[in-house]
Amino acid sequence: MSDLLVIAERRGNEVHSSTLELLGKARELSMKRPLTVSVVLLSDKRVQEDAADALFSGGADRIIQAVDKSFGRFNFEPYTKSLAAIVREFAPEIVLAPATTSGRTYMPGLAALLKTGLTADCTGLDIEEGTGNLLQTRPAIGGNIMATIKTPNHRPQMATVRPKTFSPLKEEYESKGELVNFGVTHDLIQTGAKLIEFHPIGEGQKSVQDAEVIIAGGMGLRKVENMEPVYRLSKMINGTVGASRKIVDSKWIGHEAQVGLSGHTVKPKIYIAAGISGAVQHIAGMQTAEFIVAINRDRNAAIFNFADIGLVGDAVEILNELAESIESEVKR
Amino acid sequence: MKILVLLKQVPDSDEVKLNPETGTMIREGVGTVINPLDLHALETALRIKEIGDHSVAVVSMGPPVAEEAVREAIAMGADRAVLLTDRKFAGADTWATSMALARFAEKEGPFDLILAGEKATDGETGQVGPETGAMLGIPVATYVSRIVELDESGITVEREVEEGKEIWKLPLPSLVSVTKDVNEPRLPTLNGKKLARNASIERIGNDFLELDPSEIGLKGSPTRVVRIGTPKLSRKVEMYEGNSIRDGIDEIKKRLAPYLEVNHE
Repeated sequence: MSDLLVIAERRGNEVHSSTLELLGKARELSMKRPLTVSVVLLSDKRVQEDAADALFSGGADRIIQAVDKSFGRFNFEPYTKSLAAIVREFAPEIVLAPATTSGRTYMPGLAALLKTGLTADCTGLDIEEGTGNLLQTRPAIGGNIMATIKTPNHRPQMATVRPKTFSPLKEEYESKGELVNFGVTHDLIQTGAKLIEFHPIGEGQKSVQDAEVIIAGGMGLRKVENMEPVYRLSKMINGTVGASRKIVDSKWIGHEAQVGLSGHTVKPKIYIAAGISGAVQHIAGMQTAEFIVAINRDRNAAIFNFADIGLVGDAVEILNELAESIESEVKR
Repeated sequence: MKILVLLKQVPDSDEVKLNPETGTMIREGVGTVINPLDLHALETALRIKEIGDHSVAVVSMGPPVAEEAVREAIAMGADRAVLLTDRKFAGADTWATSMALARFAEKEGPFDLILAGEKATDGETGQVGPETGAMLGIPVATYVSRIVELDESGITVEREVEEGKEIWKLPLPSLVSVTKDVNEPRLPTLNGKKLARNASIERIGNDFLELDPSEIGLKGSPTRVVRIGTPKLSRKVEMYEGNSIRDGIDEIKKRLAPYLEVNHE
């Protein structure tokens, strides 16, 4: 049986949720062609038992761990060279990694060393009938079109996927639970690059990527002062404020809030687009939300094509009315 | 110190057409500009040049029409501008593009520092920088938001990642790709523009790079675009308008109810 490798994303000692999302997708692909799904974990510490169990029940048949102190934080040369050695040993058909700052760096390096193709930021992955090739779909040219790409004659077929694009398995996977240690030789970890310092960011507002409810503002709010009802409402419901590219460019809010192709891809339970017209770039970042509310004055705005409910009217007035209505109910 | 900046030309409009057979972009007949994110890489190089005895070369791969975009780099202050152009390069994906850039850097190098932008505004893959670095076998730092220090012993940079900021020291040669937070690119001066008008842009083809046909252009590209479609509309929207707005608000309220901060008073 051929192999599929998922490269795990770590945050310190924790395995990041994007790894489980990729495992979920990997299991789905394995129904279309038999695949042994392995998670590759590069770390400076051995994997804890509960973390390993979570990976197995999340869909992994096998964990391939490589432990070395140079894997503490992502470092280009040790990561790309070691991953290349692992890929050469296991000869997978498919390699998947999250499209994070590290994944988007080591995956191109890996593709270069292995002379194979890589597709960035895939929003869809499928197996082609007949050939068994991996079909990789991604937004192209500012999201105006979706391009499906394959790597017909080179192996492995490689893709990165933004966090929150796919869902983890809903039911626990019954895994054989094989843990393999990959011995890291000295030549694989040699590099002149050295980490001098690391400054973690403090716990502030929940990042837009992890938010369950997002209230996003756009130019339809007309002026920065009108962001007030967005913040007010977001506070009431423990939500997070998102933004269109235009209001970020106008400096109404920082880039960390930007949703869309050049910002974050989000997958909240509820997404409220207030005064956002729905440029394709924006849609590409939020269409994975479970429930979408669009508020816009223009009843022909593109955003309504992507919403579950649409309210035609002034976004500022409607948000204020909504906030007041919620407030009066809570007080009662 | 010899610095090389990797530039991509991108269409200066959103009206891009695709070749329906190969699925690659038709770049002929469309005006091009330097990818806006690459300007930050060029600016980084120019600022380094200002503080020492350094030279800045820029290199781009593209059709002859891309010459105008590369010329812009001279106007901004680059010393040398090279366009890798050859019919045989057409249809290259990120692997084949990186291969040509890496080979150029090898043949005309060694360069002490290679700079790239975070990604291009058209393809948005951000792959060519790290791929080129890996092919050259040099360290790579991506998402660099600040150049802290540069001397003979190496370059110290700040990387912005999901959980915070990292400071890395890389030896030379290395490849660094910068984000738009690293600086504010300058505008070309009048003098620079004059200089650029008369500057010769070097055109280099595969006769010079001597890459194997299996490593260049569409033939050297592992990926193939197989299908192009428009993003699908998957939702059925229920609209509230005029008198029914109230109902719409109630509907949102119902949806938000589980998330209310009940203890917020």
